[in-house]
Amino acid sequence: MEYFIQQLINGITLGGMYALIALGYTMVYGVIQLINFAHGEFFAAGGYVGAIALGYFSGLGYMETHPIICLTASFAMSMAYCAYLAVGVEKIAYKPLRKESRLAALLSALGMSIFLSNGLMLTQGVYDAVYPSELFQGRFDFGMVTISYLQIMIVSLTACLLVGLNLLVFKTKVGMAMRATAQDKTMSALVAIGSNRIISLTFAIGAGLACAAGIMYGLYYGSVRYDMGFVPGIKAFAAAVLGGIGNITGAMLGGLIIGMVEIFGAGYISSEYKDVFAFIILIAVLYFKPTGIMGENIDDTRV
Amino acid sequence: MIQEFKKVWKPYAIGMLWLLGLLWPLLGVHPDGTMTFQTTFIVWRYILAGSFVCLIIYLIKVSGSLKFIADPISRAVGNIKTTSTALPTWVWITAVLIFALIYPQFTGRYGTDVAINVLLYICLGLGLNVVVGLAGMLDLGYIAFYGVGAYTYAILNTTYGLGFWVCLPLSALTACIAGCIVGYPTLRMRGDYLAIVTLGFGEIIRIILNNWMELTNGPNGILGIKSIGIFLPVFENGFTFEHFWMKKLQLFYYFALGLAIVAAICVQRLNFSRVGRAWESIREDETAAELMGVNTFIYKLLAYAMGAIFAGLAGAFFAARMRFVSPESFTFLESAMVLCMVVLGGMGSIPGIILGVAALIALPEIFREFESYRMLIFGATMVIMMLFRPAGLIPAKRVGTRSEEKEG
Repeated sequence: MEYFIQQLINGITLGGMYALIALGYTMVYGVIQLINFAHGEFFAAGGYVGAIALGYFSGLGYMETHPIICLTASFAMSMAYCAYLAVGVEKIAYKPLRKESRLAALLSALGMSIFLSNGLMLTQGVYDAVYPSELFQGRFDFGMVTISYLQIMIVSLTACLLVGLNLLVFKTKVGMAMRATAQDKTMSALVAIGSNRIISLTFAIGAGLACAAGIMYGLYYGSVRYDMGFVPGIKAFAAAVLGGIGNITGAMLGGLIIGMVEIFGAGYISSEYKDVFAFIILIAVLYFKPTGIMGENIDDTRV
Repeated sequence: MIQEFKKVWKPYAIGMLWLLGLLWPLLGVHPDGTMTFQTTFIVWRYILAGSFVCLIIYLIKVSGSLKFIADPISRAVGNIKTTSTALPTWVWITAVLIFALIYPQFTGRYGTDVAINVLLYICLGLGLNVVVGLAGMLDLGYIAFYGVGAYTYAILNTTYGLGFWVCLPLSALTACIAGCIVGYPTLRMRGDYLAIVTLGFGEIIRIILNNWMELTNGPNGILGIKSIGIFLPVFENGFTFEHFWMKKLQLFYYFALGLAIVAAICVQRLNFSRVGRAWESIREDETAAELMGVNTFIYKLLAYAMGAIFAGLAGAFFAARMRFVSPESFTFLESAMVLCMVVLGGMGSIPGIILGVAALIALPEIFREFESYRMLIFGATMVIMMLFRPAGLIPAKRVGTRSEEKEG
């Protein structure tokens, strides 16, 4: 039983990260019906920039004196950086191809993904970038079950970001413009919503969330690698599909489920094959219920 | 030209400043709490200079100031084109074949080795071309079938001692079965969903190869695979056949050449058959094809299995030549590389794929010192090709003409 609860806690932590990445996929898909293959790279880039920022602060020595401020600043700066990166990528690789065939856009996205991960490798080296480990050392013990401060931090920050995103999308004017663009670009243009700006904004928000997930991943596992965006990227995509692509609440739920399945699969079935479970869920969902659990009306072009 | 420059300088300048902003945090901030600007500016200046030259050339071309050079060139190209179409295709094919046949006589070990790689990737590229170019399904897990073929030969050879020639069709068969197993659930999907699911399956197969210790020896790979055995006639005492292990690189080269030629002929024949037309109709409009009585599911599965067969053949050859297989050789990046070759050369066009493979295998060999930039350039090539020339270097010729297109 203790083992089960422990796995549940680990699963929520991991699932939160997947949910954050999955949101980027689902939002971009909702607005321009494109699977942003480079999204995993925003996650990896976020992990790296977070490592750079935290390393810089700890090099200056602020880390010991003001850890919370340093962490907040690192998160904010890295998220801004990834948003900036995503807008650049969108302008170069996706915007000119919006009218072209879907295959062209997909190949361009794939090329961008390879380009970005190798760009990271060339600028940062092939070795793991290490996160400062002295942060959040403590933990609570409940008998056999332990919850580290880091896990609490990750889960609460994830929850804050998810709630914030929900408020942004469903309560503000910008969110309304985003939803309108997702529904009908021509009509929203007629009511003076600049679709280009909204699309850029969507990319920026998605990349910012992926970046936050990247930093959490780095803090949680201790290091980041240039090619780490690939597998979590696919798993997060599986999460987005599971929740019904284009559906924000679905992506959050899907991320949690994928994280749980991975952790429980690794714990109870086999840890070598933990990456396989997410893929199997992806295939099963697409085969049996392509609309996902939360449902999203699909048309001929999607599945 | 000045006018064109006025139009583009603003986005160009913004883009370069944007790039500077992206580069600096990665290059200029160090974990010891220092910031530098030197390296960032050096790298950025190189990129700036390079892209500026490209921009100027592009602008000159657009504005037509290059007419005095471009006109003779285009005339010459036109002349070449007319002569090339005037010459029957078999002349070209014979010329290429003769070159391929005598090529190893002129180069050393290294050149032959590179050429074998090129031929192997031509075989892979042609197989992927059936799936992506002819049937229009983006397959990102293609290299898994290559892996299945290679492992089939490796396992059958090391544990049961079966020879290469027995295993070659068996490798093709297992790859084909793997293709059908993967294809059966996935082919109901379309477009980007299919791409990501094939990617998932490719990863699953790689993970299985990596973890099934009893069968595949896990990440250590399988060592001691036998080379290709051949029987050669010997006339010393009477007329007998003697068994040799293929050791000489040139023999491997000719075998790979044969494999590539067979693949090219098969793909060409498939393309111009009833099956090829069915694939093309699926690629252009799946719903319409189904309406016209094409059994889309069977044809898509067939395309998938066909692609897998070529990959399996290439895989068996790869295992026999390297005499060692490990899961490291069958990663997603390999899939992406093969896809990049197909895209660069032109989806659906056989000469295009040959050119694409030659460009992406041979050029990195020439520019050895830029080895680490290789994948970066691959990625950039894919984006740039999609932006400027989505049909590839040698676009595929349409088999028939459409009603809305002009005849002839």
